[in-house]
Amino acid sequence: MAHEHKLAIFQGLVKFKSNKQKIWGVLIFLTIVTAIEVVLGIYKPQILMSMFLGMKILNWIFIILTLVKAYYITWDFMHMRDETRGLRRMVVWTAVFLIIYLMFILLQEGGYVFDVYDNGYIKKDF
Amino acid sequence: MSTAVAEGKTWGGGNEPLRASYGKMMMWFFIVSDALTFSGFLAAYGFSRFKFIDAWPIADEVFTHFPFFHGQDLPMIYVAFMTFVLIMSSVTMVLAVDAGHHMDKAKVTIYMFLTIIGGVIFVGSQAWEWNTFINGDYGAVQTKGGNILQFGHYIENDGEQVFKRVAVSDFAVSAAHQDRTQHKSKNGLWFVDEGELPTYTIDEIIHGLQANKDVLIRTQVINEEGQKTVLSRAESIDQIMKNGKLYVKGANLQVNEYGSPLFADFFFFITGFHGFHVFSGIVINIIIFFNVILGTYERRGSYEMVEKVGLYWHFVDLVWVFVFTFFYLV
Repeated sequence: MAHEHKLAIFQGLVKFKSNKQKIWGVLIFLTIVTAIEVVLGIYKPQILMSMFLGMKILNWIFIILTLVKAYYITWDFMHMRDETRGLRRMVVWTAVFLIIYLMFILLQEGGYVFDVYDNGYIKKDF
Repeated sequence: MSTAVAEGKTWGGGNEPLRASYGKMMMWFFIVSDALTFSGFLAAYGFSRFKFIDAWPIADEVFTHFPFFHGQDLPMIYVAFMTFVLIMSSVTMVLAVDAGHHMDKAKVTIYMFLTIIGGVIFVGSQAWEWNTFINGDYGAVQTKGGNILQFGHYIENDGEQVFKRVAVSDFAVSAAHQDRTQHKSKNGLWFVDEGELPTYTIDEIIHGLQANKDVLIRTQVINEEGQKTVLSRAESIDQIMKNGKLYVKGANLQVNEYGSPLFADFFFFITGFHGFHVFSGIVINIIIFFNVILGTYERRGSYEMVEKVGLYWHFVDLVWVFVFTFFYLV
């Protein structure tokens, strides 16, 4: 039974000789990303605290790095890279669409409820 | 070939749509639905947080503990360690899958074993984290409106004034006379029970606050600099006299000394649900591990079962990556 693995990551920038090597390569990458997250989380550089699209730049960085990590876990550890395009789309698009939808609705509503409290229609600070 | 035969081939399991086996595809579908459950939880957390965006607890100040390093302020370090353990166990899992492709029973056994160990370390760490969170460290006062008042004082640190938390037990004055004792079913109504009374009454804390001139109150409200607001001395006394209601220490589903009780509720729910996934992952891994040892997959001629449980295990890791970001970092 042949198990073909695609051995290139970063759009073919890094090529590994074997699947095992790729696993260690991805581990190193994930560890670096996590380390960056933790260091940023502890020191919170002042320069990244300004707002961008309603959220701190630092938080945007955290979320983007998380998605990067999620991509490599799914693609290389779960071997999504080697599945057919149809399966990949079925899993990823369904989840991505529904999650974005849910996030939008709930965060929008949460912000609205905050405004109701904040504008003093309902008192909570006592 | 008659239609009956063709149908038997297509629907009888001989066909593999999307070139994925039945088991693997169903595992992917389960993962998608489970991912939606977790996003439901995380989105609900986001909702509650946006609702109290100016008063939400700062995770850095809550999770500052590391086993065997008492009293040191080490935010994030232990959670980062847990994350690393889980990623590491994901790596051993994928190595087991790879060894399975090469039909290497010995290596699959070793890697499965290491994966189980990683999972156990993670769940153990999780339990420790819960324990620390439940026990709390400084104690605080809950107001009538359900807000949290914490205590601390300014100290000189490298020429800078830094606000440092003070435990309630360090300044509260114990009164000789207690207002009331705990109601127990043996000395009162036999069919009614009451939980433990708080260690300190509000009067004791007020007296302690009045006696210690440097202690100030910190509210939940986050100011422009992204820090919790510290009240002046007069405001502190005024606030606790007017609104102070209950001494709380640690966190549970009702109260939370670090701020909004919702924070604790979601912490228990989300990390608990994730921890339950890790736990069931360990159990499934153990079953597969013994099957590997017994040579079940060797006889079957394929280690696909390891692959399937591997998918689940990676998913658990994947979820943790998100929990880590949204609970501890953002």
